[in-house]
Amino acid sequence: MGELRLMKGNEAIAEAAIRAGCDAYFGYPITPQSEIIEYLAAEETHKRTGMVLLQAESEIAAINMVYGAASTGKKVMTSSSSPGISLKQEGISYIAGAELPCLIVNVVRGGPGLGTIQPSQADYFQATKGGGHGDYRLIVLAPASVQEMSDFVKLAFDLAFKYRNPAMILSDGMIGQMMEKVELFDPVPRNTEFDQSWVITGKTADRERNIITSLHLESASMEKHNQELQKKYIQMQEQEVRIEKIQCEDAEFLFVAYGSSARICQKAVDLARAEGIKTGLLRPQTLFPFPTKEIEKMAGQVKGILTVELSMGQMVEDVRLAVNGKIKVEFYGRAGGMIPTPEEVLKAMKQKIIGG
Amino acid sequence: MEIKDIIKEENLVYSKTKLLTDTTLTYCPGCGHGVAHRLLMEVIEEMNIREDTIGISPVGCSVFAYDFMDIDMAQAAHGRAPAVATGIKRCWPDKFVFTYQGDGDLAAIGTAETIHACNRGENFTIIFINNGIYGMTGGQMAPTTLPGMKSSTTPFGRDVSLMGNPIKITELVAQLPGTYFVSRQAVHKPANVRKAKKAIRTAFEVQQQKKGLSFVEIVSNCNSNWKMTPIQSNQWMEENMFPYYPIGDIKIEGKLIKTN
Amino acid sequence: MAKVKGAIIIDKEKCKGCELCVVACPTNVIGMAPDVNGKGYHFAYAINPESCTGCENCAIVCPDGVISVYRVKVTVE
Repeated sequence: MGELRLMKGNEAIAEAAIRAGCDAYFGYPITPQSEIIEYLAAEETHKRTGMVLLQAESEIAAINMVYGAASTGKKVMTSSSSPGISLKQEGISYIAGAELPCLIVNVVRGGPGLGTIQPSQADYFQATKGGGHGDYRLIVLAPASVQEMSDFVKLAFDLAFKYRNPAMILSDGMIGQMMEKVELFDPVPRNTEFDQSWVITGKTADRERNIITSLHLESASMEKHNQELQKKYIQMQEQEVRIEKIQCEDAEFLFVAYGSSARICQKAVDLARAEGIKTGLLRPQTLFPFPTKEIEKMAGQVKGILTVELSMGQMVEDVRLAVNGKIKVEFYGRAGGMIPTPEEVLKAMKQKIIGG
Repeated sequence: MEIKDIIKEENLVYSKTKLLTDTTLTYCPGCGHGVAHRLLMEVIEEMNIREDTIGISPVGCSVFAYDFMDIDMAQAAHGRAPAVATGIKRCWPDKFVFTYQGDGDLAAIGTAETIHACNRGENFTIIFINNGIYGMTGGQMAPTTLPGMKSSTTPFGRDVSLMGNPIKITELVAQLPGTYFVSRQAVHKPANVRKAKKAIRTAFEVQQQKKGLSFVEIVSNCNSNWKMTPIQSNQWMEENMFPYYPIGDIKIEGKLIKTN
Repeated sequence: MAKVKGAIIIDKEKCKGCELCVVACPTNVIGMAPDVNGKGYHFAYAINPESCTGCENCAIVCPDGVISVYRVKVTVE
């Protein structure tokens, strides 16, 4: 068994990054995720593992530092919260276009605009549908516990390097700030060997020069690049979908929720079953790739689906696409940092699905 | 002695460095970019550091610098080259890293990245090409466009009461403690080319010594957008750009040079 | 008496006809061809090759790096 600790979600991300052999972190403070850079600073990562830590002058600078460091094959990350992630979008688009592996953590807060520092899930569209310009996808992981905040750091780096694609951990202020028991994985050493086929570390005599760019001025070349990116995204959809199913075996009504909302729905499932209503929960752990097939399959079993989000309804669109009109799909959500209770969620299930 | 007797391998004293590819430069005839590219590659060749050198190209006319420089390179978002270089250099402190940026890239959209990389004393080299105009997008006003100078967005000349004054960003970064060597040069005449090369060499040696940021501005022409012949543009540059952007070293070994 | 003699080769197909080499040459070696290269530029060529001293000025101001310079020391009796 790994080391057990009581940690904040944000701290778990930082500790996991060090243990995953992360080479560099570049970031800019923003609530509610500043504990990540503070924890790394307190750990003196340059002494502990040699990991570079730099507080940049802006989120824009930070994501471009990630672009540079990732170009050399290093395992690099940044973190921010919603307004800061908006600022990073140009850089994220370049990173996706240049096919660089990296980790971006978004501890989501309420918006739009400066919004609120309270938890939210209103950045689902931004994270899963592109966010920046151009046809690209991030690998998006949605932790629902402090344990997953730690575990998904390692998973995100593995997937990012497997596909040479940026990966995002889409968390929120609730999981970032809450403290839970976490079992930390054993540290892995930082990488010292680099895949010379694409990294820029200086052109040696035995290979052609390597170029990191997202520029394809000729239309045919640009289209080909887009087609190759799509192949990668399709492969992710086929191989990397991850979900958790809770009490789904005999469920007649289904909650679909991720992250913080899933925690609330899990309790609502228990409350419903105590009343004799057979509900279950399907929790996507990957938001891209989205568990379309898994939800479609459940649509053949249950009578209706309630999607619960801390937003005005975003993931529900993907759930409806998966269900494709087969059964009723309704939405319940709160915004701006308002958190629904399990009773509130169950009431919505009864009103919108069971009685509706 | 016949010409054919002179043209022999053993008598060759100057030819294009092999660190430039054979791809024809996409720059306009007479553009200073070509000379600046060549000087950079000559310095890297002479210092024998290609295996440890990483370059960053900007957005602007020189976005395709990686097509011409036969070294490992990354292409940066508009203005972000100093941040990209910071990411690389922090991870690889023993490598040589340079950015190659124009005036719009470095002194307008990328001002924050420029100032903060300089202020932190990041140990890389910035090559700054200042031709007082946006070249690639077709001759719009740059932060460095001179007062009264015409551009496609200041067709009647830059009115400083509306557009502000041209920014002397090189003097500005020289004030920051993180810069160790700051110089302004030109590449339009043989003597200038030789001095510019010396400045670039010094800049890379500063990296070798890990002394901090080295910054070389090259005041250059944009004859196409200035709507002049190459020769006329160089003359106009001497008469108009040099009084505002005087040529010479600004900071050596971390100390500002006193000027009158 | 020792004298320096030079010669240049200009890659006329890569020349863009900017004429910067013409003004950089201290001994008026270079002129512009009346005909054009494949890209339609009047290219530079050695109109007066005997005067070349191999000083390299033309080559180092050439933005396109199309000029190679050769130089020898000759003894004149």
